[in-house]
Amino acid sequence: MEKTVLSELEKMACQVRLSVIEGTFNAGCGHPGGSLSAADVLAYLYFNEMRVFPSNEKSENRDRFVLSKGHAAPALYGVLALKGFISQEEIKTLRKVGSTLQGHPNIKTPGVDMSTGSLGQGISAACGMALAGKLDKRDYRVYTLLGDGEIEEGEVWEAAMFASSKKLDNLVVIVDNNNLQIDGTVEEVNSPYPIDEKFQAFGFEVINIDGHDFEQMEQAFAKARTVKGKPTAIIMKTIKGKGVSFMEDVCGWHGKAPDAEQYITAIGELRLRLAELEA
Amino acid sequence: MEEKKVVKKATREGYAEALKELAQSPDVIVMDADLGAATKSLTFKKFAPERFFDAGIAEANMMGVAAGLATCGKTVFVSSFAMFATGRAYEQIRNSIAYPNLNVKICASHAGISVGEDGASHQCIEDISLMRSIPNMVVINPADVVEAKAAVLEAAHHEGPVYVRLGRLAIPTVFNESYRFRIGKGQVLAEGDDVTIIATGLMVDEALQAKDILAKQGISARIVNMATIKPIDKSLVIESAKKTGCIVTAEEHSVIGGLGSAVAEVLSEEYPTPLVRVGVDDTFGESGPAWELLKKYGLSAENIAKNAAIAIAKK
Repeated sequence: MEKTVLSELEKMACQVRLSVIEGTFNAGCGHPGGSLSAADVLAYLYFNEMRVFPSNEKSENRDRFVLSKGHAAPALYGVLALKGFISQEEIKTLRKVGSTLQGHPNIKTPGVDMSTGSLGQGISAACGMALAGKLDKRDYRVYTLLGDGEIEEGEVWEAAMFASSKKLDNLVVIVDNNNLQIDGTVEEVNSPYPIDEKFQAFGFEVINIDGHDFEQMEQAFAKARTVKGKPTAIIMKTIKGKGVSFMEDVCGWHGKAPDAEQYITAIGELRLRLAELEA
Repeated sequence: MEEKKVVKKATREGYAEALKELAQSPDVIVMDADLGAATKSLTFKKFAPERFFDAGIAEANMMGVAAGLATCGKTVFVSSFAMFATGRAYEQIRNSIAYPNLNVKICASHAGISVGEDGASHQCIEDISLMRSIPNMVVINPADVVEAKAAVLEAAHHEGPVYVRLGRLAIPTVFNESYRFRIGKGQVLAEGDDVTIIATGLMVDEALQAKDILAKQGISARIVNMATIKPIDKSLVIESAKKTGCIVTAEEHSVIGGLGSAVAEVLSEEYPTPLVRVGVDDTFGESGPAWELLKKYGLSAENIAKNAAIAIAKK
């Protein structure tokens, strides 16, 4: 990966993280932990992988993205603001009455391809979009991001069976494996491991990567494009709360907003990081 | 005397007839969850095999896939038994289909206790209630094969999700081919002054028979077909209440949450009128031949007539 591209992606991801903190702080609630673990892949998808057109957002040829782990909406809104689908000012309206930015993604929000939030359902919708692409002989691709806790939902495996049975090679399922869910670690709660072998058994091409490494992402998504006759699953090892020191790998930051002091610390850390990247 | 010849057909046959026509529309997709032979959705596969998808025994995913297809401009018909479509996949219908207001038409067969021998596990008597409470959802319960076909074709043109309730049992045909169905409009099938029987689904024919029973007792009953339970035809309900002063509802569904409840909501808020609800009385069904079950659970002309007299006494 070219250094300029890498540095640009790092900056974008940092700005997405700033949006996550800004949004959840102003809302006084929301899900920063799983938003921060997904910030890097969202920045990658929207700035180095997907064909999306903010000026023609409903273009039939656009690539689709379904945030199956809908609670990471603050990160999605961050990247949609950077892309120009929504304004930066709207981030502060997250979760407020009358806002475009619902607590979980809503199809009415510019740039959002599917309403999600109830875990396990987004991957099915992504399968439907991929199937429509095949039917209409369009070359768009469909990406969906799932949580590792989310894959405890049975519907995920119904969808996995379907994707592979219908040979949806235009579908990429990404699992944000930050290892934490509300009640504890995923092993403690109801272990979905080994995640890679499960998707393999369901007929997927499986790629394991570090979900905070853009070069590994580049290789994985490039490989996914070459896979024919079956869907691809990219299992990303991530850190929940990534980028904000006191939130990293702490279960309690799943569904809690920072208070004023924590907000200042978090924003400070991220701005410092951004300044370093821009230097 | 020559016996009147009645054509008996299941409403799912009307679905099949409609699907045959819809196969001509390139944006229509049909999905089933391994019950295509029973729901009759396989008819579509015969005419447009490339646009029929079997999701296998996985209703939740089927609803989500249908939603995804609909976001890409498709009109998707999904079928299963009413129990599994509206019960098993309730939340997928709510969150993935109705909340984003997508063009998915849930055409579920084997509704009600007229499923018969399969028993209570398969006899869905809660589907209207479940579907009716979801925002954006239209709920239609056709009375016969003709209305079923018309309702499915109309559903294809409606923007947004629709639930069409279909049955397994061959039932008498009420309408002739010239019948025109409109979403949200009930019809007066027979005029009367003493009581209005508002019926839906297979209870419409029973209500027409109840009219004859009541006529022998000197009671004149107005018969209304209410295929669309949501949005309910409020003005027809109120007009009937004003005209006859009491109402009986009749449905092959729990008395909780279905047609009876919808009519009660309109009456209590807009024109309080004595009402008696005929339906499955908050109990599960059981195995047995369909017509025997319908009698046992009070879903018969005789029981409607009995309750009409009770409603009149409440005036």
